This record gives sequence, structure tokens and C-alpha cells, in this order.
Amino acid sequence: MVDSMYIHIPFCNRICTYCDFNKVLIDNQPVDAYVDALIKEMRQIEPMTLRTIFVGGGTPTALSEAQLEKLLLEIDSRFTVTEEFSFEANPDELTMAKLDLLHNHGVNRISLGVQTFNDELLKVLGRSHGYDDIFRAISHLEEIGLTNYSIDLMYNLPGETMDDIKDSLKYISELKPKHISWYSLIIEPHTVFYNRIQKGQMKVDDDEAEGEKYMYIMGELAKLGYPQYEISNFSEKEYESAHNKTYWKNDEYFGLGAGSHGYVGGKRYYNTKPVNHYIRAIEENGSAVKETVELTLNEQMEEEMFLGLRMNRGVDMRRFEEKYGRSLDSVYGDVIDDEKGKGNLMEKDGFISLTKAGRLVGNSVFIGFLN
Amino acid sequence: MNDQERIERQEKIRNFSIIAHIDHGKSTLADRILENTQSVASREMKSQLLDSMDLERERGITIKLNAVQLKYTAKDGEDYIFHLIDTPGHVDFTYEVSRSLAACEGAVLVVDAAQGIEAQTLANVYLALDNDLELIPVINKIDLPAADPERIAQEVEDVVGLPKEDAIKASAKANIGIEEILESVVETVPAPAGDPSAPLKALIFDSIFDPYRGVISSIRIMEGTVRAGDKIRMMATGKEFEVAEVGINTPKPMAVEELTVGDVGFLTAAIKTVGDSRVGDTITLAANPAATPLKGYKKMNPMVFCGMFPIDSNKYNDLREALEKLELNDSSLEYEPETSQALGFGFRTGFLGLLHMEIVQERIEREFGIELIATAPSVIYDVHMTDGSKEVVDNPSQMPDPQKVDRIEEPYVKATIMVPSDYVGSVMELCQRKRGNFVTMDYLDDIRVNIIYEIPLSEIVFDFFDQLKSNTKGYASFDYELIGYKESRLVKMDILLNNEKVDALSFIVHRDFAYERGKLIVEKLKTLIPRQQFEVPVQAAIGQKIIARTNIKSMGKNVLSKCYGGDISRKRKLLEKQKEGKKKMKSVGNVEIPQEAFLAVLKMDEE
Repeated sequence: MVDSMYIHIPFCNRICTYCDFNKVLIDNQPVDAYVDALIKEMRQIEPMTLRTIFVGGGTPTALSEAQLEKLLLEIDSRFTVTEEFSFEANPDELTMAKLDLLHNHGVNRISLGVQTFNDELLKVLGRSHGYDDIFRAISHLEEIGLTNYSIDLMYNLPGETMDDIKDSLKYISELKPKHISWYSLIIEPHTVFYNRIQKGQMKVDDDEAEGEKYMYIMGELAKLGYPQYEISNFSEKEYESAHNKTYWKNDEYFGLGAGSHGYVGGKRYYNTKPVNHYIRAIEENGSAVKETVELTLNEQMEEEMFLGLRMNRGVDMRRFEEKYGRSLDSVYGDVIDDEKGKGNLMEKDGFISLTKAGRLVGNSVFIGFLN
Repeated sequence: MNDQERIERQEKIRNFSIIAHIDHGKSTLADRILENTQSVASREMKSQLLDSMDLERERGITIKLNAVQLKYTAKDGEDYIFHLIDTPGHVDFTYEVSRSLAACEGAVLVVDAAQGIEAQTLANVYLALDNDLELIPVINKIDLPAADPERIAQEVEDVVGLPKEDAIKASAKANIGIEEILESVVETVPAPAGDPSAPLKALIFDSIFDPYRGVISSIRIMEGTVRAGDKIRMMATGKEFEVAEVGINTPKPMAVEELTVGDVGFLTAAIKTVGDSRVGDTITLAANPAATPLKGYKKMNPMVFCGMFPIDSNKYNDLREALEKLELNDSSLEYEPETSQALGFGFRTGFLGLLHMEIVQERIEREFGIELIATAPSVIYDVHMTDGSKEVVDNPSQMPDPQKVDRIEEPYVKATIMVPSDYVGSVMELCQRKRGNFVTMDYLDDIRVNIIYEIPLSEIVFDFFDQLKSNTKGYASFDYELIGYKESRLVKMDILLNNEKVDALSFIVHRDFAYERGKLIVEKLKTLIPRQQFEVPVQAAIGQKIIARTNIKSMGKNVLSKCYGGDISRKRKLLEKQKEGKKKMKSVGNVEIPQEAFLAVLKMDEE
């Protein structure tokens, strides 16, 4: 039973220097037509009760109030969300008016794109918001009573120092958000950062310094009452992101919007990326699916592992056996023993999980599960 | 055909090769000759027509031999049959050149109009003269701005002894002088001698294995006639076969009724292994055998050895099969099983030289899909023991305990280097650094100098050629021949990773250079071995004594932090890419080592 949904809003008021997600500058884009297309795509799915919805981007808050309202009304009328209805928001775009709209239509969690509290670094990242915007957005959230919000941060930024990380930790201790996502910057091709690095105009720390920062962040957040529950995610108890855990538990979800990925009926699919192509495909066929791949049992099991091990609790051995009809040990016993020997994996209470050392080099552990 | 017709036809046959230094335009000239005779229509032309392997085209070199039959109507109105026999141009393949030349009566000597005679060309000229071939000097690329055909013609006269008036000025690229060359082939190259009715004597100058037809032998008929259905005998092995097919290359293979004196073509006889159709052997008829075989060739022995190990140890048998198949077409390849503590089961493999080694490795990886780790190449050392016995060592890790060694001798070569005089200093410096002994130096003309050194072969094997090229801006040319063994003060250097000796990384070094090399190699290894999850000490040791040490720091963060929305396939792709990288590494103890690390010893002088 699919009970999660991701909705993609591919528009931004400004393009960040590190971002390689499917997004376009909103100026002169057919945003209304896009919202209409999203609604039409949504209508292909029977009205139902969903556990989670996540609206991401791009920047969902780049939509106008009218566009947001139109979208939210449709969601509201078709789906009942039982657990988590999450919206990504940029601090400078989260006006009281927009926040009101979200709140009134059942959005119960905000994922706030803070990235860093250092104004200089925000400029390097090409963000549209500044230090003050962060605090204004958070005061709006508190005013309206939407206290389940996540502060989304990045580290290993060009020119970043340990002091920047310490500053972020200080603000976290003061603001007391429920949830923190703290991603390390990845230099992706087709980004401004990538070009700068290629040309030698910019440098980021090597993986050793990155590792030190990562260990520091894990330790300090735990002290502040935010234990880690996934490679890059930390939260107060009871406030783990239900939607993102859908991915890590290898459960299924719908993907709506340009370039969205979905996983339904053992098949992974994705929609066409360009906004115009997406709109046309939906108008003509009601679907914009570009490619569908049916996973083999083997691939499903591989993904169960490399996604599940991202979570601190790890992979549920009993659930694995129920899902795939084979015991975890019979499929991956050798790899698991090998990684246990290296001190990267451990077994506890029916779960296989990464050790602290293993978490630092998760990829080298994950590839052992690939055929 | 009756014998009279065969003899008349024989008068019209011309068999020749093209001798040229790499890049002097041999393949282009061959293409042009093919176009200007009745062989291939221009539309079928693909550049480097005779180079049939992908690798040959990519690298712009000829590795395997090829022979093609052409028809040429000369100015005298007569039709001639040409056999153009291709030759490899690289120093590693001198042996194959000598095989080609033995099937010819003449050779076109191509010299670049700007660069002049190169060391390798000269070596091949001597081979041609040894085979009593008539030479046609051609000064090629005369249309280039830097061309100085008169000076080069003079050089050809001075160095090779061919009158400068005879040199044909040509540009294969611009189609200049091609007809003159063809006419000169008719006039200068003698028709083959031999009696078509005598007992068959056919020289096997190449053998390749074809999975459908068995061994395809390239042959030159010296005496007699052979046709399909004949019962033949290999004179060296005594094995007999029934001929399935005889034919010529046009360059496409084409069956013909018979091959007779002067013909250069191919023969198949359901022969299962190349060993039964040995290069250099003489084919005769079982019913009417020749009394004595042709002279044949002396077998060329491998000079360079390395260990080749499958990264996936389950592929050992696949590797054996790959080597068996390559050996079918490459009689100079030698291998025997080798076991390394670090790398497991593999093969010690012998090659004619470094290029040969690279090509074999590349073919195994490409054509057979086996990922390899190859150890650094080694030469063969003669180790004289204190008890008076002698051991032959082609694998540094097998070097006996120094306590029991009286002395070690290593192979030396005579290196001939031709270079513009401006670079004499840097060439000498390089040779000195490579433990060379200066022999002599003479000026070929105002500009070019011929320098001769005696250098240990092991130094040549270790990137000498690359260094020579870079030290002379590519102007130097180089040839070498083995001159024998000399005593050297050599020691074995062991490498320890994570405090474990990795036998496959051991190498032999001159005692005077040992400390310096030890330091260089540990630093080089540090850059070549990726960081592991733990700190890895890298040490160089002679016997029990550690002479250099460094550490490879432990790996930092290696885990993808981003969520990528629900784009799991992207995560998978990233992981699969990392996995691919890991597959190319060999796990030794707990340390993952990439191929480059095993060749580090070759790259030490790079910085």
C-alpha cells in the first residue's frame, strides 16, 4: 500500500551556486500551467488517506499565494494526511500570509532552508536570504504555532571554519528546533561551484577535514538533545521525519511534478524534467513518466540495505525476511561478517546497523551489498 | 597453369616491404600504393588499411604482419603482381620485421624529409641488407614546410650508402612520387628465383589462429606449388595436414587455385594450434618432400618479464585461456604459472619489450574482459651463488638471500640514440643517470649526432624511452640490442604495506641508488594508493633494514549525505561507480591497491 507522496515545485527566485536539482528561475515560467498540470497529475490517483506528503523543490515557497492556495485546496480535497505533511520553505519567502495558508491547509511540518547562519557564506552559496530572514521566519513559525520545523544546514562549505559550525550549534541551542538536517556540501557537475573548482577558483576541504567536522557535528548535536537517526538527520525524540524515513525504509511513494521520482508496485519511475515537457505530457496523456524500471528481487534487497543502513537503527532483520522471504543472513551473511570484522557493522536487538566508524565510510560499506 | 605459365608469371612478381620509422608515413604510403594499383577502390579505403586490429589503428602502429597482393600495369605495358608485406615499426618487434623481410626481395626505405634517418630505421636497414634485399630510398613528406629533401638524400647516402640520385622524392599524403616508387619496384626489386616444379618449400612467416578455420599460416613459396587437397608436412615438427584452402589477401582474403613460386599468401589445413605451424618452419609436400628446410629464423627470446594476476581470483583459468589464445598468434609471448603471496595465482609472462607488454595487457583486458594487475617489469638476472651454482631470476621477489649470493649479473644493451646536436648534453645526462657507459659518438651531418651507450636493460625497461623523448622534445630516436651480461652491485628492495611485505612490489636496484629510490618509491606509493579506513605505513627495506618510510593517512568521510528527494537510482549509480573503482583494485591483506601502484617503480623519475 503506497501511502507517501512527494510533490516537486521546480521554481526558484534565485539559483544557488551548489544546486543541481531539477529547477528553473521562476521569471517568465508557466507557473500557473504547471500548478494546473500538477493538479491534473494528482487526479490520476484515487482520493485516499496518505501517511505523509512532502512538497519540495526547487522552492515551493516561490509560488504565489494564489498558486499555493490552488495546490493546497486540491491536496486537501483529495487526500487525508494522517502523519506528516511537510513543506520546504526559504526563510525570506516564508511570509506570514503564506505560512497561514500552509497552516490552514494541514501542513504540519516545515523544512526551513537555512543552510548556514553566516551571511558571508550565504552569499557564496547564492542564497536569496540573509541572517535576519532566518530569525524572522522562525518567529513567524512560533507565532503561528507551527513548532515542528526542521533547520536544514550544510557544512564543508568553501571558506567555512569550525567557528561557523560552532555558531550554528549555538543558534540551534537557542532556537530549539525539533529537527536538524545537516548535509555536507557535495560538488555536483552542472553547478557554479563545480565550474569554479574546475577552474581552480575555489577550494573545499578534503574528506579528512570533512570527516572531522562530521564527527564533531554528530557529537555536539547529541549533547544538545538531537540524537542522530540518519547519516545527515538529527531530531528530538518523536520528531524524526516520517516522510524521509519512507525512502530509507525502502517503502513505496508517489512522485509528482517535473523530474520527480516515484516507487510504486516494485517499479521505480521518474517524470520528464523540463517544465514545458512535463506540462505538455500531463495535458496530453495525464502522465509524464519518462522511464519505469522494475526492480529485480536482488536490486530490491540491495536497496533495502544501502538505504536502511543510513538509519542509525539500521535494517530490521525480521522485516527483511518478511519482505523478501529470505533471511538477511542467507543473502548477505558474508558481507555482514566481513564488515563486522572491520568494525563497520554491528548487530543489536534484531537490527543490523553501521557503527560510528562505519557511518563515516558508509559508501564503502554499502558497495559491498551491490552485486 | 602449367610450369611454363608459372615461370612466365613468376617473372612478373615483385615482393617487397616498406621500412620506416614510426610516423614517417609508412601506413599512408601503403594506403597510397593500394589505391594506385588494382586492389582496393578508393571508396573502400579506410586509413591504415593494413592495420587490422583496433589497437593498431588507435596507436597508429603495426603489430601483426599483413601481406597483400596487388596488380600493377607498369609503363612498359606489362602487368605485374606485387606482394606488399607490412612490417611493424617499433623496436619491440624487430623480430617480426626480420620475418617480413625474409619473404621479400626488396624494400622501400621511407625517410621523413625533415627528420631524416632514425635509429630504428637504420636497424631495419641492416636487417634488410642481411637478407640481401634491394632497397629503394624514398624521401617522404617533401611537401611539408620543414622538408629538406636534398639534405636527407645526402644523409641516406652517407649513412646507408644508397646514392642520393636514386632517392625518390615523394609525399604519400599528397600523392606525389607514388608512380615513380611503383616503377622502381618493377625495375629494382628482382623477380623471385625458384623452380615451380621442384619439391615444395614454403616459408611460414606468420601464423594466426582463427576459431573457425584453425591456424591461418602466412606463407611465401620459395620452391614448388601448393593447392587445396595437398597433403603437407611441417618440416620441423613432422606433422602432416591436408590443405583446406590456399589464398591471397587483396586485402580481403580470397581463395585461389594454387600458390606457386614467389607467391605470398595464406594456407589453412585444419591446424589446431599455432605450435603446429611454427613461424620460420618450412612447409613441404608429404608425397614429395624437399630434402632440406629453408633457413628459417632464430627464435627471439623475451627480454622483459612481469607477473600478471587477475583482480578477481576466480578468473585465473580465464586468464590462462586468454594467454593460450594470444600465444596462438604471438609466438614471442611466454608465460608460466606464478604464485604471489600478495596477489595470489597468476602468470609470469615474458615479452619482447615494454610496448609488447602493454599491448598484451590491453588485449587481455579488452578482448577477454579480465581485469588485471601487472607487476613492474623485470629483466632476467644471472645470480651466481657462493656455492658456485647459478640461478636465473626473472622475478625480483625470487632473488635469493644475499648471504648466499656471490655476485649478480644483469643484461646490458647497446643503445643507439640519434639526436639533434643541441640535445647531446641532456641525452648524455640521462644515460649517465641510467647507469650507462659511454661508448662513442659521431656526427651524421652538421646537425645530427649518433650516440652509443651501454646501459643496463633494466634501466631501459624503466621508462627510459619516455624520458628520452621528453628530454629531447621528441627529437631523439632510439634502438637497442642486447650485448650480454655484466656484473652489477644490485640489491633487492622490498616494500612493506601496513607492516606486511608485498612480494609483488619488490624490485631490484643498484646499491648506489638504493636509498634515493627507496625514498622516492614510498612517496610515490603514498600518492598512488588510496586512503584506507586506517593509517597505512609504507616502508622500503633492504633485507631487514628499513631505509624509507611514510604513512598513508586514513580515509576521511566517505558517505553520501544527500537525500536527492526520492531519487534512489541516482544513489545507486553513485555507489556502483565507487564499486567499479574498487573492482580495479587488488586487496592485499586489508589494503586495497590499484594497478598504478605496482608500476610505481617505473614512474619514480617523473617528478
